[in-house]
Amino acid sequence: MTFAIIVFPGSNCDHDAYHAIAEVLGQHAELVWHKETDLRGADVVVLPGGFSYGDYLRSGAIARFSPVMGRVVEFAEAGGPVLGICNGFQVLLEAGLLPGGMRRNRDLKFICEHVYLRVEQSDTPFTRNASVGQVLRVPVAHGEGNYYASPETLAELEASRRIIFRYTSPDGVMDDAWNVNGSTAAIAGICNEGRNVVGLMPHPERACEATVGSSDGRVVFESVMAALGGLSKVG
Amino acid sequence: MKAKVYVTLKPSILDPQGKTIAQALRTLGYDAITDVRQGKYFELEVAAGSAEEALSTASAVADRVLANPVIESYRVEVEE
Repeated sequence: MTFAIIVFPGSNCDHDAYHAIAEVLGQHAELVWHKETDLRGADVVVLPGGFSYGDYLRSGAIARFSPVMGRVVEFAEAGGPVLGICNGFQVLLEAGLLPGGMRRNRDLKFICEHVYLRVEQSDTPFTRNASVGQVLRVPVAHGEGNYYASPETLAELEASRRIIFRYTSPDGVMDDAWNVNGSTAAIAGICNEGRNVVGLMPHPERACEATVGSSDGRVVFESVMAALGGLSKVG
Repeated sequence: MKAKVYVTLKPSILDPQGKTIAQALRTLGYDAITDVRQGKYFELEVAAGSAEEALSTASAVADRVLANPVIESYRVEVEE
């Protein structure tokens, strides 16, 4: 299975994603420069974290106009699984593949710590091996991750079960104290209508081995491997 | 022709930077400043035959790129 990891100028988690996918999970991974227009036979596209174009204008605002994004949009519209992590999520929002927008964190601080994510839905290619209500311990590292959705958009996301991850306590309880950045409805990740495009602020690729403090993020990648491999759902 | 674009967060969107600036101003004793909203300002040089054309182009650019209409609103002025 081939993962294409898109590299924008200023991406800095592209190699974290490469390490997790290729070296930890043993899949084929290709780093695809943003000026390319060939996804090299990708089965899955990953938009990694970082600071594409130095976060100029708004996070993700310039990256969405990169030549490769036209191909990523086509891939997504054809039903291909796309995962946007952190800055990659911001790019998906700016590109209009996912609804809503990002604000500066509520307390204006850049937050770099492990948080707890509750899996809200398991019928996406990136959560099918997780169970609803399962809590994952995964790091965040962002200054602009305070997700905003208008009341209408939020109602639509709720009704169509498109909120995929929420910030909660270690026990999976929603509480404002655990909503690290102040996001609307404690939203950490969402999917599109087709459920094949998922974006989240936390970094599952940095939580794929016990040696880095948590392997809870593996389920995101193992899910898409299972989805494409046609393996039966485990657990 | 010069077009000026002002981008601000929509009134319904919390502006933590503006709030922090307002608090700092209160600390400095500027009690008359009751609120601050921070925004962005762009100056565009537009090659256009008329002010209407410049306004139309600058507005399109503001809507598509300079502002994120999900959270921001914008205002465009053209100087002849």
